[in-house]
This record gives sequence, structure tokens and C-alpha cells, in this order.
Amino acid sequence: MSKMISNLPKGLISEKWTSHKGKINLVSPSNKRLIDVIVVGTGLAGASASATLAELGYNVKTFCFQDSPRRAHSIAAQGGINAAKNYQGDGDSTYRLFYDTIKGGDYRSREANVYRLAEVSANIIDQCVAQGVPFARDYGGLLDNRSFGGVLVSRTFYAKGQTGQQLLLGAYSAMNRQIGKGRIQMYNRHEMMDLVLVDGKARGIIARNLITGEIQRHSAHAVVIASGGYGNVFFLSTNAMGSNVSASWRIHKKGAFFANPCFTQIHPTCIPVSGEHQSKLTLMSESLRNDGRIWVPKNKQDAKDVREGKLKPTEIPEKERDYYLERRYPAFGNLVPRDVASRAAKERCDAGYGVNKTGEAVYLDFSAAIERYGKEEAHVKGLDENDTSVVKKLGDKIIRNKYGNLFQMYEKIVDEDPYNTPMMIYPAVHYTMGGVWVDYNLMTTIPGCYAIGEANFSDHGANRLGASALMQGLADGYFVLPYTIGDYLSKEIRTGRISNDSSEFMDAEKKVMDSLSNFISNKGKNSVDFYHKKLGKIMWDKCGMSRNRSGLKQAITEIKSLREDFHKNVTVPGKIDEFNEELVKASRVADFLELGELFAKDALERTESCGGHFREEFQTPEGEALRDDKNFKFVSAWEHKGEPSKAVLHKEKLDYEEIEVKTRSYK
Amino acid sequence: MNLKLKIWRQKNSNSSGEMVDYNISNVSPDMSFLEMMDVLNNELISKDQDPISFDHDCREGICGMCSMYINGRPHGPDDLVTTCQLHMRKFKDGDTIVIEPFRADAFPVIKDLVVDRTAFDRIQQAGGFVSVNTSGNTQDANTIPIQKGNADKAFDAATCIGCGACVATCKNASAMLFVSAKVSQFSLLPQDKVEAKDRVLNMVKQMDEEGFGNCTNTGACEVECPKGISLENIARMNREYLKASIKD
Amino acid sequence: MIESSISRKVAMALSGLFLIFFLAQHFTINFTSVFSEDLFNKLSHFMGTNPLVQFILQPILILGVIFHFVMGFILEIKNRRSRKVNYSYQSGISSSWISRNMLFSGVVILSFLGLHFYDFWVPEIKYKYIEFLPDDSQRYYEELIHKFHSPIRVAFYSISFVFLSLHLMHGFASSFQSVGVNNKYSNTIKTIAIAFSVIVPLGFIFIAIFHHLKG
Repeated sequence: MSKMISNLPKGLISEKWTSHKGKINLVSPSNKRLIDVIVVGTGLAGASASATLAELGYNVKTFCFQDSPRRAHSIAAQGGINAAKNYQGDGDSTYRLFYDTIKGGDYRSREANVYRLAEVSANIIDQCVAQGVPFARDYGGLLDNRSFGGVLVSRTFYAKGQTGQQLLLGAYSAMNRQIGKGRIQMYNRHEMMDLVLVDGKARGIIARNLITGEIQRHSAHAVVIASGGYGNVFFLSTNAMGSNVSASWRIHKKGAFFANPCFTQIHPTCIPVSGEHQSKLTLMSESLRNDGRIWVPKNKQDAKDVREGKLKPTEIPEKERDYYLERRYPAFGNLVPRDVASRAAKERCDAGYGVNKTGEAVYLDFSAAIERYGKEEAHVKGLDENDTSVVKKLGDKIIRNKYGNLFQMYEKIVDEDPYNTPMMIYPAVHYTMGGVWVDYNLMTTIPGCYAIGEANFSDHGANRLGASALMQGLADGYFVLPYTIGDYLSKEIRTGRISNDSSEFMDAEKKVMDSLSNFISNKGKNSVDFYHKKLGKIMWDKCGMSRNRSGLKQAITEIKSLREDFHKNVTVPGKIDEFNEELVKASRVADFLELGELFAKDALERTESCGGHFREEFQTPEGEALRDDKNFKFVSAWEHKGEPSKAVLHKEKLDYEEIEVKTRSYK
Repeated sequence: MNLKLKIWRQKNSNSSGEMVDYNISNVSPDMSFLEMMDVLNNELISKDQDPISFDHDCREGICGMCSMYINGRPHGPDDLVTTCQLHMRKFKDGDTIVIEPFRADAFPVIKDLVVDRTAFDRIQQAGGFVSVNTSGNTQDANTIPIQKGNADKAFDAATCIGCGACVATCKNASAMLFVSAKVSQFSLLPQDKVEAKDRVLNMVKQMDEEGFGNCTNTGACEVECPKGISLENIARMNREYLKASIKD
Repeated sequence: MIESSISRKVAMALSGLFLIFFLAQHFTINFTSVFSEDLFNKLSHFMGTNPLVQFILQPILILGVIFHFVMGFILEIKNRRSRKVNYSYQSGISSSWISRNMLFSGVVILSFLGLHFYDFWVPEIKYKYIEFLPDDSQRYYEELIHKFHSPIRVAFYSISFVFLSLHLMHGFASSFQSVGVNNKYSNTIKTIAIAFSVIVPLGFIFIAIFHHLKG
């Protein structure tokens, strides 16, 4: 217990961060030159942290497994980034963003962290614009906003459907500036294999060069993990193929507590699974819910006919359609938070109203929006508003301008034209709110080891609102970590260069080598993907959108035996000292097979429903999540004790001083 | 579908490679091209053979990691897509598909279809940034309005995913479209102006040092670019470069 | 200045545009031979004797031609070096054949220029500066007609002009792109460039055949 001190500053919530910054220990510029920091991962959090730390004067070594830092999966974020700028004058404020985030997270996040996030959010936009990020603008040349799920204001800044790309390229360019100056040493195509502790402090990492297979020892005064989330434990997710839990999991095994592993976000609008061969799922931005209406047929026979290809969705008349989100949640309608929308889709499909071949899809329909925009445009242009072909043409054009790239993507994948027939969507794993436990300074329970961005657990509670992941990644990297890390490093100014020849480094290197050799010499009969797919199926069926006691118990046993089978029967071709993708995958899947079990264990122990964690035993008569604030208003932080089943639970109590804890309602 | 594949195999950057023939059956038209490659690789693994290495990551057309020169075109026969978004319905039963790595001296082959594109990173490091500190002490984002037309054009240039298809398809292995997209994005925004001159000179210098060829305006890059980046950007960079050279 | 790839490309474009300008001028004068022997002789005599043209513009032109060719070769060599291992299969649908083969059309034009110099320029220089023959302002038309007696020469000329046309079709508009002009006027420029690339070489062919048939 003593290890877990959240270091929350005292005082008014609105002054906590300012006063904390004022009191924090600093490192002098001349001493910063003597200090090395390792950053693992180059998404928004990792790239922005690397750039800022280097700019402050630290020697930064940054690692990514991709061939360029620009390819980290933050690049795929589509919709936008939230900031409490109130440019639209619609009543937004730091407090409202803070409130929305806490409420959206179903009261399972830390107040002080979330307030800080809301506070620095406005600065992110200023920073990005100064870096040349081309956000969308209106005709007056000022920044434009749109609306996202779970909120009643327009505070989302965006760059068409490629906001993540533009923000990441901004952070990447800031990194490039420092790489060019020699302040950052960049290690592309390198994978972190383990964390090295010396006297209980994080002192470096073992990395593998993915081109040559060389195992390397890198020392530093602090290690920052910015390796993203673990959604790929489900095999099928919207994450990139390479996204993995390994960096987080390896530090967990070295003593970092892992918090709320079962809090996973299932995104409601993804392209449904088409077949056995599927390797990943594609997200359709939440921004589509601004204009699209979600429905399924009202009667089962229609749904059946649609599935069998006898009926087209456009042939189903308006009164035979069930716009279930509008029906159930009149206040927020199609813009309810993601967990709510996902569950509602699952509920309809389970009840037999699903619409694609597999019965696991609902419609996202733009025809009403096309007609509305078309009529408006026709009116402006003085054309006949009742001429359907004119209206359709004009409406299509407006929709194309707003979502063109998403529609094109859909058409390429599904081979149907979403301008003329409704899109089919289904929920898919997208983001993990859980992650490495960190204190207010973003330090894990290992001194000198930090976790930022999606890799940590801190800001989103049990459910993340749309357009908040980008905000958190950049807030951590640009504005939080660079300050808070000084508090620890100020005590390291006399340490001097850290040797990477110490026994601790040698031991860690040897362990990595041994585990890799085991894979190579195993010569089993099944490929790595075989196990990953099996794990994914267990996770999706039993730890997915809704969970129950017996299912979770089964999952724990099944994952455990699958893991044993994996280590006995997996086959990895090739050698260690060469480019070997199967070997890389094997070592990642080994970690997923451990995490998956902890995930299920966490879900089993949390006997309440909140946010993305829905336990079937705990629901209201209308099927809404039923929270248990009396017994579960805490963060579950797990301490590793050899294997997942033996992990020890530590509870960080959540106190709400500013916000009254209520039942979340979007009705 | 049943397909015949001719794939470039090369052990590592030092060895020489060759085209090897493979047959694959039961390909579903709904598969993406990379999923077809996954199936082939799983077959190879089950036969205890070395699977084919290829770059891929996000599989939704945005990270720019996937490459492959398919039937004589980067990212294959479909327009405005990356290889990961290419679907097998673009091919017919019995087709022969030729798969090679992106070829350019500045993109050495690492293994099979995997090439080293860090030359692009080095070009960006030479000047692809605005020299503003990340401290957050910048002025309010709405202080400088930017004309919508320019903002949109800057965005269009900025959508480059750095995949290298432009280099791969160019008969001269020229990187002009890539470099110009970056130069254009900045030159269209007011934040850039202070460093415009050094940026274009330094980035072009680095581009030349990396061993990319010259542009001869064949326009192939624009056609093959999965993000539809326009040749207009190259003209803009030429302008910027001339302006910068004359001022020098 | 010519060290960077963009400078080389701009130099290529500017020398090309200069040669296009010269071509237009050459064509205009030649075309007068179709309808007025007298005007043609007068203009030719002016060009052949005016010191500004002879001692300043002519050397510049020759240098321009040489520069354009030498630079073209240098660029081609450099470009080929940037991809030493080539593809085994290329679809080639993303760019036009001619844009990829400017060197080929260029070499055809170069060999044509050799003949052209042998036919006109060498005798002219011999006439004026080696043998110092008397100034005759009426000789140009006769010389022209004489050269187009041979059908083989006319055929070779005509084929060369076809390649000149192809070379111009890519080169003319491309020069504008190289010097940074790509805007709302680009389509107009492209149309003019294509028209020029067809009309001028066709005109030269017409002149050659006209005199061949007439003579």
C-alpha cells in the first residue's frame, strides 16, 4: 500500500496545478545536460514528451517499433481534439469540460487529474496552431468546431477526418527539430523488451533492434512509457497491427501497478466483421453521429429478410424503422456516449434485429441529413426545394465535404455506396481507459518510471469521451510530464552517467535473450496468430461489451490453459539475429496472454456496472448500467506477484470534492 | 479465387534477391490484400518455411507503413488507396500478381518487401518544422486568422502519409512530391514565413544528398499518391526555392 | 547555383523555353518562304548579316542548344543512378510514354540538328567567314529550294519534326511547372503549349513538302 501515493496537491481544484507547478523541484539548465531520459513510443504522448524534454535540455533517447516515429497509431485518430476554448460562445468552460469528462467516465477518474487536463486543453490548440497544424477553419479564417458524443457544446477542433494525423505530424515535427539538433537520439524499428531496475529505481531498458535482432542495453535516469493501450488483446480491434501491451506489461512485472484493466472502450461505429480472415477492424469516426441516424428494422421479419438479402434497407419505410437511440435517449439522441451507444447496438442485435449476414450490424443512415442539407442549399441557391434529385445532389455534396474521406474508406472496404444506402456499423474494441497506475506526477509505482497517454489510467475513468484521447496524449506530453519529471530528476543531478554494464543490465539482457531463444527453439505446431485469435475470441465473448460472473470465471481458466498451450506448442520460424516479425509477435502475444487473465480477474472482482464495464448482474430494469458507489468508488491497482492469478489488489479511493456523484443519465 | 503470386524474396540488405512463385487458393474477394498475404504467410509457417516480410501497421490507410509494388504500381491497381485498403475483389480468379518492394537507391531493401524509408525522416529533420518551443507560451490560436482557401490547401498538402509511393513510381525515383507537400503546407500558413527560406533550401539539399533523382514532371507521383497530393505543390516548392535562392 | 536538383530542373526549363522562342522565330521566317520569296530573302539576309544576331544571339543560341543537351544527359544519368535495381514489371499507366522518354526524342532531334547544321549552317559559315564570298541578298531562297529536292531528306526532316512535336508536348508545359507556374492559368498554358507543339512542327513539315513538291 505504501508504494501507492497519489501525490494530489491540496487546495482548491482550480488552483491545484498552478500551485503544484510553483512548488515542484526544478533541474538547472546545466544539470539537465547531464541527465538522460528514455521515452518508449512516439504517439502523441511520446512524441510531444520527447520534443519538450529535449527542448528543456535533457538528453532524450526515443524508441519506436515502427520505421518512423510518424507512424505511431495516434495517426489514425479521426474525429478531433477537445479544448475548452469556448470559441463558439456556447457556454463552454474549463469547469464544463472537467465535469463532462468526469461524468462521461462514470465517476471513476481522479478529479485533480481531470481538472488539470481541462485546464491545459486550451493551450494545446494554441501550441498546435503555432506549429502549423492545419485545423479546419471557417470563412472568416477562424478555427471551426464540431460536436462529439456525451456533451452539449461544440468544443471539438478537427482537421477533416484526419485530426490525429495532423496533430501527430505536429509533434513529430517538433521532434524532428530536436533530432536535427542532436538533442533526441531516435531509435526506429526498436522494441523495448524489458525495464532495468537498479536499487529499485528505473535505470534503463533492454531493447531489440528489429532489423538486425541485436539486443541492446540503454541506460537513463528516467524511463517514460508512452506505448499506448492494449486493445489488441481482443485480436480484432481498431488498433494498429503492431499496437501492444508489452512495454506496460514488462514494467508491471517489474513492480508498476496496473490499474483498471477491465475498463475498455468499445466504439459504436466501426465497420462490421466480414469473415474469418479479418485482421483488423476499421473505425468510422464518431463525428458521423453528428449527421447520421442509427436504426434497425422495427420488426424481426424485415431484419431477417435484410440478412438474407431479400430486402434492401432503402425499401423499409420510415414508420417500420426503429431509431432506438433517439427512442431511448431523447436528450442526447444519436450523440450519447460511446459505451451507451455500443451497448444499445448489441442489445438490438442480440434481440434479433441485426442487419448484415452475421446479424451483427446496425444502420447508420445519412439520407435524412442529405435531404436536410440539400433543402437548405437549394433554398440558399434559389432552386426548387421539392425537386428530390436537385436536393439529393446538393446534399451529397455537403456530406462529401464533411466526411468524404470516411465515406470513401467505407466504400473501399464494404463495396457499397454510403451516399445511396445506409452504412452498416457495429461496435469494436477501440481504446483502453485502464493502464499503468500513476500518481499526479504521472510516475508509476516504480521510482523514475513514468507512464503517459493511453498507457496510463488516469483521466478517463470507466469510459472516455470522444476527442479526449488526443487531448490527454498531448497534455501529458507537452504540458504535464516535462514539469513533473523535474521533481524526481532534481534528486538525480549527482548520479552521473549510468553504466549499462552493471549486473542488473546483464541479467535483464540475459533473461530477454533466454525468452526469445525459447520461442525459436520451441518448434511447436501452431502459429502465433493462431493463439492470438483464440485469445481474442475468449476476450470478446466473455470480457466484451457485457460480462457476467460465470463467463469471466471461464475466461480466466481458458486463458490460463491457452497460455500454457502457447508456451508449449507455438512455432516461431527464423532466427533471433535477423528481421523476424513472427518472433516480435510471439513475444507480444505472450504478454497479452497474461494481461488477458488479469483483465478478466479485474472484471470479475468489480461487481458493479460502470462506463465500458457492464456486468449483466448489475443493471436497472431498463437495462442501464447500475453503479455501486458505496463499494466500488475506487481505482483497482494490481500488483504483480509472479502470475496474473496471484496479483494483489490495491484500492485508491476516489474522492469527489467538486462534483456531486450522480447517476449518469443521457435521457 | 485461386491466384499465382510472383514475390520478391531477399534475405537481407546485403544479399541479392530473386522473384519466387507461390500459388494461393481460396482467396475471398472481401479480403484485403494484406489479409491475403497473412493467409499465405500462415501457410508458409505451417510448412516450416520463412514467411514473407512486409511492412504494415494501421491497416486503415493512414500510417503509411505498407508499401509493395503490385503489378507494376505502388499500392496496386486501385486508385487513392494504400495496399492495406486494396481488396482482392480488384483481381480475378487465375490472375498472376507480381509483388516487389518499393525500389529506389534511397530506399534500400531490408528484407523481402520491407524497405528503409528513413531518408524521408532525415529530410524532415533538415527543416520540416516550425521553430516554436513546445512550452505552450504561444499566442491564442485565433489571433491570426488564416484564409479558408489557404488553410484547406495547407491541409491537403499535410495529408501526405509519407509512404513513398511517389518515389516508387517515379522513373527517376524522385522525392519531389513528398518534400513539396511538406514545404507547401508550411508556406501556405502565416506561422511559416520567418523560416521559409532556410526550410526549403535545407530540405532540398537533404533530399539531394539522400540520392533521390530529379523531377522530370512525368506526373506519375500525383496519379499514384494514395492521398491525391497535387503536382501544384511541386510548382509551389520550385517557386519557394527560386525565391529563396535569389534572396541568398 | 546548378548544384541542386531544382536548379538543374529550372535551368533545363529556361533553356528549353529559350529554344522554343527561337523555334517560333525560325518558323515564322521559314514560313514566309511559302508565300513570298522576296520577304524570305530579306529576313534571312538580315539575320545572316546583322552583327547583333550573328555575334551575340547566334553564340547564345548555340550555347543554349549545347547546354540543353548536355544538361539533359547529365540529368538522365543521375536519375538512372537513383534506382540501380529496377523493377521486373512496370505498368506504366500513370505517366505518358513521351514524358518518360524525353531523352529518346531528344536524341532524334539532336541527330536531326546535326544534319540541319550540315545542310545550312556549315555552308553558311563557309560562305561568309571562310571563303569570304560576296554578299548576295538573294541567295537564301534558292538554297532552301535546293535542299528539299531529295525525298529522303524530306522524309527524315518530317520524321524528326514528329519527334520534335512529341518532345514539345511534354517539354513546353512542363517548363512552366518547373519554374513554379501552376495555377488557374495552367490549363490555358497547356492548351497553348499543345497547339504550339502540333502546329509548329507540322508547319515545318508543310514547308519541306511544299518546296519539295514545288521544286
